[in-house]
Amino acid sequence: MHELSLAENLLQIIEDAAHEQQFTQVRTVFLEIGQLTCVEPESLRFYFEIVTKDSVAQHAKLEIIEIAGQALCKQCQQHLLIATYYQTCSYCGSYEIKITQGEEMRIKELEVE
Amino acid sequence: MCTTCGCSVGQARINGKPIESQQHPDKPLRFRPHTTQYFPTSATANSLEMLDFGTGITEMHASGMSQARMIKIERDILDKNNEYAARNRRRLAERGIFALNLVSSPGSGKTTLLVNTIQKLRDHFSIAVIEGDQQTDHDAARIRATGVPAIQINTGKGCHLDARMVAHAIEQLPLQDNSLLLIENVGNLVCPSNFDLGEAHKVVILSVTEGEDKPLKYPDMFHVADLMLLNKCDLLPYLSFDTELTIDYAHRIHPGLPVISLSATQGTGMHTWCDWIRTQCRRAAIASETHHNHSVTFESI
Repeated sequence: MHELSLAENLLQIIEDAAHEQQFTQVRTVFLEIGQLTCVEPESLRFYFEIVTKDSVAQHAKLEIIEIAGQALCKQCQQHLLIATYYQTCSYCGSYEIKITQGEEMRIKELEVE
Repeated sequence: MCTTCGCSVGQARINGKPIESQQHPDKPLRFRPHTTQYFPTSATANSLEMLDFGTGITEMHASGMSQARMIKIERDILDKNNEYAARNRRRLAERGIFALNLVSSPGSGKTTLLVNTIQKLRDHFSIAVIEGDQQTDHDAARIRATGVPAIQINTGKGCHLDARMVAHAIEQLPLQDNSLLLIENVGNLVCPSNFDLGEAHKVVILSVTEGEDKPLKYPDMFHVADLMLLNKCDLLPYLSFDTELTIDYAHRIHPGLPVISLSATQGTGMHTWCDWIRTQCRRAAIASETHHNHSVTFESI
């Protein structure tokens, strides 16, 4: 459900940029969404399409670049890939891991005209 | 899963199977893995007589030949919320107000916990409450009955409080300096985890009438919380709830997460919780005082 809020926030950032950078139509929106965030890309697309109706971003395509989850094990200092918060270190089995990547929710760039 | 780059299209599953993305093609990997069809960015892509300067974003070698342009944004989607949250946090800290954001699923006993916490702490310092619910002001009415000011935010269709709503509520509440602000979020273990309100800590409440595996099922909330309260512990003799297992699950998500077992209705464990609040409130008040003293010194220089 919060994907609706995220879509609205997204549109607000785009509209601010449209005002500042003087563009009237957005073709593509590039997002980075971390694998560990509780954001469902398909749900975000669905709401984005709804909230952008009659806006500068109407019909804009949402390009979601998924960022893999990464962590540093506090026990053995190894870097590892993770898909969930409760994953253990694949080297030593510890739960004591520090997330280093995968919590991003960023709007990177816009293709506009 | 994408056969080209191995990325997944999301974690939503139906009967354990990923939902097929309609956006994800079996096309050769371009610079941006999820791209399907690009709008032509150079003159045209269809004519054999035309030089194709690239049909993709990454292949925009013909800048100037197209009306399309790229604009760097590099902003967090929740930037606006985070700005409001930072402002809330600064304002609260300046006045020594210690704010807690209480999050849980519906029915975990948040409001009863608040009412009983207020009764135990009201003689120690001034308290105010922000209540979040989709509809009704039932919870705020329960809080007001204790004699402390409460403001009800109805989120309508929204599933969480955001920092802007809280900023408005803070302006309207008669908040005292060096006081306690309790924010009861909408009963929801998912969405409120994303939205910083400007609180000092998120406190997640789990009741023993829920499943032991709630932390595993809703990891985000347990990951962002700074304290976990295990409520309704007076019911343990009647249930097959495994407290140790629950705490173990919570620690898998968040190693070292402090846990207080309590019963809001019977009072067990409430003193530990209230002591924790008292300590934190004192720290907030001291920090604010130190801040002001420094400001005065600085200004007098």
